[in-house]
Amino acid sequence: MSLEARVELRLGRLALEVELAVATGELVVLLGPNGAGKTSLLRALAGLLALDHGRVTLDGQVLEDAATGAWVPTERRPVGFVFQDYLLFPHLSALENVAFGLRARGVGRDEARRRAAAWLERVGLAGQAGARPRALSGGQAQRVALARAMVSDPRLLLLDEPLAALDAATRTEVRRDLRRHLASFDGTRLLVTHDPLEAMALADRLVVLEGGRVTQTGGPAEVSARPRSRYVAELVGVNLFRGRAAGPTVELGGGAVLVTAGDHDGEVYAAVHPHAVALHRHRPEGTPRNVWAGTADTLDVVGDRVRVRVAGPVPVVAEVTPAAASELRLADGGPVWASVKATEVTVYPA
Amino acid sequence: MPALFAVPAAVAVAFLAVPLLGLLGRTPWGSIAAELATPRVLEALRLSLVCSLGAVAVSVVLGVPLAFLLARVEFPGRNLVRALTTLPMVLPPVVGGVALLLAFGRRGLAGQWLDQWFGITLPFTTAGAILAEAFVAMPFLVISTEAGLRAMDRRFEDAAATLGAGRWLTFRRVTLPLIAPSLFAGIALCWARALGEFGATITFAGNLPGVTQTMPLAVYIALETDLEAAIALSLVLLVVSLVVLVALRDRWFPTA
Repeated sequence: MSLEARVELRLGRLALEVELAVATGELVVLLGPNGAGKTSLLRALAGLLALDHGRVTLDGQVLEDAATGAWVPTERRPVGFVFQDYLLFPHLSALENVAFGLRARGVGRDEARRRAAAWLERVGLAGQAGARPRALSGGQAQRVALARAMVSDPRLLLLDEPLAALDAATRTEVRRDLRRHLASFDGTRLLVTHDPLEAMALADRLVVLEGGRVTQTGGPAEVSARPRSRYVAELVGVNLFRGRAAGPTVELGGGAVLVTAGDHDGEVYAAVHPHAVALHRHRPEGTPRNVWAGTADTLDVVGDRVRVRVAGPVPVVAEVTPAAASELRLADGGPVWASVKATEVTVYPA
Repeated sequence: MPALFAVPAAVAVAFLAVPLLGLLGRTPWGSIAAELATPRVLEALRLSLVCSLGAVAVSVVLGVPLAFLLARVEFPGRNLVRALTTLPMVLPPVVGGVALLLAFGRRGLAGQWLDQWFGITLPFTTAGAILAEAFVAMPFLVISTEAGLRAMDRRFEDAAATLGAGRWLTFRRVTLPLIAPSLFAGIALCWARALGEFGATITFAGNLPGVTQTMPLAVYIALETDLEAAIALSLVLLVVSLVVLVALRDRWFPTA
């Protein structure tokens, strides 16, 4: 029992072609850059966008099948949707917003109000029941939107960037609450974000969507350890190379070669964490097997480390201490040598 | 500001203000209550209210669905329909009256069937006056409502659908409340226009006291026989206009 979807649709320049399966009780996070089609995919699953081709089933029930013309309209899909900017009805109070879905589904007025009030209490907003959305803070509005989507016990919960509208200060707190409320939901959950931190914190499984297609899927740890696209590599802050492996060496193209401790053949990805990249003023002697010349290009301070982008035949990002950065006079943009031990290179098939 | 602009601007303001002062200056303040209480004036007031509110009702019942279709549904000839809808705003009302007469008169295109099948005759009846006012006033409601529908964020309707609301429930509980300001502005404009309607009404519905003689018509007749009654009625119409203007000020002069 789960969500199974094959979604194909064209929207202007975006061609969305996605196959997706989410188990009941699983929380899948769709991660991708802006314009990748994340929101469109959610809208398609909710029936707000019709498929050109494909099929959507939820717990065995066909919601849409382009081949047969089967189609369950949005209002009859057992789906809860939290929109990016929440879209709380501005003319209704928080309580009326939450009760709206129950009333629409035929629940009596008193019963609907009672259940809505119970949900508001559950998300900690019992005191704001009578407030209009404009009087609510961003975090409060998000909780009302969540209660509104969950109150009628949907079997599929879709959340579109539920934290994007919040400022950084409230986001951490709201994320913790969101995780708790999502954990209490036993149906299928699909959350969209472009924030890797949010994705890692919430996901059972990540699905990376780029340009309308899934480029990678897996657990957060696996995705961050073995990125399969430049986008993911940059998100998780890993150097990613693609090349052709023959035994322990990987040919990167342009004559550059990466020596690894593994034994692979054919097209591979090679990932190197920035803290495994050492920088030197002079060509280092000894154990490191991979040494390239380059110039320190840009420097960013990240926490207590300095991220250095080294330009050269093999562009690479290194993480060093501020002391090392000043000792190497990196700020001058001078020549440096980058070295990586063979054992620090993770190689996996492309 | 150069005098080149200031002088014509001052003339323009005077041009707009002097007639109002003239009206106020000649108003028989002492006897205005008595003037307004004469049976003829009361009859015209009553009839104006009935006809203008009737015209608003017709406009809302027919105009809101029309505005919805114009704003939301792609159909062939939509621009033509929109042009047709707005035509009465620029058409001389007397031409509208003639056209109504040719369409709904006893021998008219549609009127002959109304007469034969249902025994309904519209010209020179109160219903006819309502029709004439609606013809001229409905475009204001349609245009304002359509603009409201176009400006609203349609994703609120998506949100309602995901909450289980069908189209009709969504329209009643979400769309209408969200466009309420535009709808009310349209109703106010439509009502003001209907209340002041003269040309189409007198042409199509005539000028029968107690049946089709609304306030503007009564003002016109009274000018020749009873100037003070004409002034009193004009004052009522002026006050109504000011009330509509004040009611819509936030819409038209948002920051002023």
